[in-house]
Amino acid sequence: MSNPICHHQFFHLVAAHGKEIIREPAVIFWGIIFPMLISLGLGLSFTQTRDVVHHVGVISDSADAGQNDSKIHAFLREHGQKVSEPTDHAPKYRLTVENPQLGDTTFVFTQTDWKTATVLLKRDRLHLIVEPAGGDIAYHFDPRNPDAELAYLKLTKAISGKPVASPEIAGNIKPLTVTGTRYIDFLVPGLITMGAMMSCMWGISYGMIDKRSKKLLRRMVATPMRKSHFLMALMVVRISMNIIEAVLLFIFAYLVFDIAVQGSIAALAVIFLAGNIAFCGIAIFVSSRTATTEVGNGLVNAVVLPMTVMSGIFFSYHNFPDWSIPFIQKLPLTLFTDGIRSIFNEGAGFAETTIPAAILLAVGGIFFSVGLRVFRWH
Amino acid sequence: MAPAVEVQDVYKSFKNVRAVRGVDLEIENGRFAALLGPNGAGKTTLVEMIEGIQKPDQGEIRIHGMPWKGNEQRLRHIIGLSLQETRFIDKLSVWEILRLFASFFSLGKNRVNEILELVGLEDKRQAWVVNLSGGQRQRLALGIALLNHPRVLLLDEPTTGLDPNARREIWSILLDLKKGAETSMVLTTHYMEEAEELCDHILIIDQGRVLREGSLDQLLADETREKIIEFTLDAAGLSKETVSAGAPFSIEWDSFNARGTVILDHIESQLPQFFEFLHQKNLHMKNMECRKKTLDDLFTELTGRRLHE
Ligand SMILES: Nc1ncnc2c1ncn2[C@@H]1O[C@H](COP(=O)(O)OP(=O)(O)OP(=O)(O)O)[C@@H](O)[C@H]1O
Ligand SMILES: [Mg+2]
Repeated sequence: MSNPICHHQFFHLVAAHGKEIIREPAVIFWGIIFPMLISLGLGLSFTQTRDVVHHVGVISDSADAGQNDSKIHAFLREHGQKVSEPTDHAPKYRLTVENPQLGDTTFVFTQTDWKTATVLLKRDRLHLIVEPAGGDIAYHFDPRNPDAELAYLKLTKAISGKPVASPEIAGNIKPLTVTGTRYIDFLVPGLITMGAMMSCMWGISYGMIDKRSKKLLRRMVATPMRKSHFLMALMVVRISMNIIEAVLLFIFAYLVFDIAVQGSIAALAVIFLAGNIAFCGIAIFVSSRTATTEVGNGLVNAVVLPMTVMSGIFFSYHNFPDWSIPFIQKLPLTLFTDGIRSIFNEGAGFAETTIPAAILLAVGGIFFSVGLRVFRWH
Repeated sequence: MAPAVEVQDVYKSFKNVRAVRGVDLEIENGRFAALLGPNGAGKTTLVEMIEGIQKPDQGEIRIHGMPWKGNEQRLRHIIGLSLQETRFIDKLSVWEILRLFASFFSLGKNRVNEILELVGLEDKRQAWVVNLSGGQRQRLALGIALLNHPRVLLLDEPTTGLDPNARREIWSILLDLKKGAETSMVLTTHYMEEAEELCDHILIIDQGRVLREGSLDQLLADETREKIIEFTLDAAGLSKETVSAGAPFSIEWDSFNARGTVILDHIESQLPQFFEFLHQKNLHMKNMECRKKTLDDLFTELTGRRLHE
């Protein structure tokens, strides 16, 4: 790019690619609003203290609890709040145990017979079945269902008269709401890297296939246009878009969830660029030969789907079997996400992220040059 | 000086199609040539090989004496072309597309303005490509082809699908260019009027071969005396055998339309013979037309098919 004329051509290619993207109004929604909505939705549902409802079936021979003298019925009459539901004949009680730290727990008791109770349990509409047993109470639940076990533990505590968390032990509970340790802190860096990957892969491959099938690529290479300029302009535009999208998503998450970057901003910028270059390179390689959208979609999905699932965007990849972890950790999206996440949440800097960034750059460079070599312009 | 375009014994096959089968062609500087042929004749394949977009399996192609190999950058600067079908970026304006292509040739705004005027798209400069009519798109494609003052212009069906007025507008742009005598052109077309109007040299091609070539006069020279008689009879449904049995000349007969064609080279003596023949067979003529032979007829004669069905 030493002579000004090339500069000129490059400039016009960047302008053309850029205008083409910006003039597509849907870009604003899918590139900017949609990731914000995802972070908002997932962030809210996983970060707020949840109020839990447990459904409990109470076995009784007679339909009216007033005629039952067992311990459980006495407890319900005394502490429960009777709920009358005209559509449902079974009498119901409701009991709420308040806990400002961990969220309220509400038990909904439904009086029923064994047969109905079993059916409801199978449908997961009941977690727990209680039955009068002599002077005491018998509890029936699936021991492999953690919700059921939790309901059992909380209910026995409530019946025995102790609150779920007494003031003494409440002092020991320290809910983690510090920035950097919440789910949203885990999620937002992942959304940023996934967004960049998706944007590179779909944006570049779609644009390329479209231009190839319109014979526009063929027309362009029939001029003295430099092929590498064409592809590099495409990358520059795409990466600029991704920077804007990532910054907007970050600002949004900062305003709503008070998210912060604890590590080095410069290292963040470097690895973000490296990741983008990696995915632009892969995208150019993937779309270097196909002329049909169907094949293109298949190829892009083959790259994007496994990484989205495995690279720990929404949940940690340590849930996968141990033997697969070393492999997963070498995927470009994993390198990218882990790098960005460590800068966001663990205060990492160049020391930790230089190697992943270098690998990502190399990946991008290799795929770009192979892609350029095998590229089908016609 | 080397000819503008030289094609020597060029072959090109796709999987099971032999698209171009041994074509030779030479176009002098400043001359306009037309490749005239029906769908699938191999016109696009041939011009794209001249354009350096496709590679011949065999044979040589030189432009101003230079083969594509080793001269790609230089040749790209001196040729201008339009493909049979290109759709430019939908959401760029006419101006932006022209600026982009001009930048590939290191040309600036002035040339873009000239082109807009030349192809008559000044009032569409801000319009997005997606909103242009078919004719305007063809003119845009032609404008792009002309940006770099090409010495060799290669146009693949520049007027297909246009109405007669739009077609004439493009012809007049090309005829102006021809007056300048600095550009050589190869154009493909299905329209013989287009070949007649614009080109000094016409190549009739079909199934990958040049069937005949020359100027319009040369092509029709041997046949200028020949006249074509087209007639209809008051006898629908007669078979070809019935009509042509015992005829003094060969008769093309279309029994569905009760229409026939004969070619006569001595009209004064042969026309009376023809009437006599009809009279003897008791066939009654409803309508008759006598005309000169055209490229279309020549084509039908060479291939057994018509250029337009
Ligand atoms: N890329 C290709 N792959 C396979 N066959 C092809 C390819 N390009 C052209 N052909 C075949 O080669 C033959 C010549 O095609 P070509 O496009 O050169 O015809 P044409 O004269 O330009 O026709 P038209 O007037 O319809 O544009 C056709 O039979 C076509 O099917
Ligand atoms: Mg064609």
